[in-house]
Amino acid sequence: MRYAAPTTVGEAQSLLAEHPGSQVFAGATDLIPQIRAGRPAPPVLIDLKRIDQLMAVIHEDGQWRIGAATPASDLTRNSDFTAMFPGLSEAMGLIGSDQIQNRSSLGGNLANASPAADSVPAMIANAVEAVVASGDGTRTVPVAEIATGPGLTSLADGEFIIEFTVADTPAATSDAYLRMIPRTEMDIAIVGAAVRLTVDGDVITNATVVLGAVAPTAVTVSEAGAALVGAAIDGGSIDGSAMNALADAASAACDPIDDKRGTVAYRRQVAGVMARRAAAIAVDRAQNGD
Amino acid sequence: MSRTHVTCTINGDQVDFLTSDDTSLLDALRVELGLTGAKEGCGTGDCGACSVLIDGRLNCSCLVFAPEAEGSDIVTVEGIADGDHLHPLQQAFLEGAALQCGVCTPGVLIAAKALLDANPDPTETEIRYALAGNLCRCTGYDKIIRSVQEAAVRLKGAAR
Repeated sequence: MRYAAPTTVGEAQSLLAEHPGSQVFAGATDLIPQIRAGRPAPPVLIDLKRIDQLMAVIHEDGQWRIGAATPASDLTRNSDFTAMFPGLSEAMGLIGSDQIQNRSSLGGNLANASPAADSVPAMIANAVEAVVASGDGTRTVPVAEIATGPGLTSLADGEFIIEFTVADTPAATSDAYLRMIPRTEMDIAIVGAAVRLTVDGDVITNATVVLGAVAPTAVTVSEAGAALVGAAIDGGSIDGSAMNALADAASAACDPIDDKRGTVAYRRQVAGVMARRAAAIAVDRAQNGD
Repeated sequence: MSRTHVTCTINGDQVDFLTSDDTSLLDALRVELGLTGAKEGCGTGDCGACSVLIDGRLNCSCLVFAPEAEGSDIVTVEGIADGDHLHPLQQAFLEGAALQCGVCTPGVLIAAKALLDANPDPTETEIRYALAGNLCRCTGYDKIIRSVQEAAVRLKGAAR
């Protein structure tokens, strides 16, 4: 394996074109364990962290542009970002240890295409888009369309994610992400639930619910979002029948694996619980946040 | 196998070394440079025994390719004492018997230093989360946590 550290997107594209099977990386927190576990070594390891655009976090004109290789801790420590997207920030803050968060990136978390990737449901709930270097230009793709199955993506050979874009949240809108793991830290989700919603006084007017780790890719559960829309909020609590409908829809949308970390029945039930709790947190933030 | 020339700063000294491109920073530190403080526990970023600071940030050196170190400023456990005077964390660990076999200790010390550099007065919960990426199979963690708390008190006293 050869290591290369291009400083422009074009240089990285040339390396990919000249050396088929080469691999771009940011934090390598998934790549190195995979190589150690026997994945064929790529001919060239292309480090994206020396490309300024991929490490930049820019907030201007009502939009965020987040370099795909930016370490998670740059975002979790960014108070403006965390105030606007608390759920996405907390999802990134759940990935591994401090050591991992100083390396792991949104681009890597998405492109590695683990069904349990914590940042992905939160990105989808916030309608984050990926800007992909492609041919002579770029194409912009909703995050939900990148992963197509465990370890599989819609990215063509030679393509890689440059940055993510997301619009500022509207007023009275917030998000939350919760996950279930069998330990308290340093584990991989058996269920993840991201909720983003908008309130108008004591009524929910918009809601998106996205689950992770319960299907081959993150799933947007439109019935769960619909269950929340129009729900009354009484003293900060969402109407009980809407919450039951939310939980039922979340459980019904699960198509999980069955393993010693969590059975199918358990993951289904917990998906409903996580969705309820995330919705409650998001409502509190939307009503009482900035 | 191509070899790359890397120039970086380690524990305050400018260092040059040659490395294979697929060598981890951990192996470069231990084999090329003889800095054997950082240990390989798992080699997959789970245990933290290989923790070092890179440009002030806590990292698992097993998850870094050695050529990535070009131009960076690295601190390993060998660099935290002041000459013959142990770092307050090291002294507190010795006095508090916060180690048994010692394999995790260099990584724990570096992670604890990263915490106290950023947050001189952490709560016990903050210490436990900050050290969540450093596994210890001997101590049960209690003496480690208490020793970090003791070091924090001493460092605050010294800063006054």
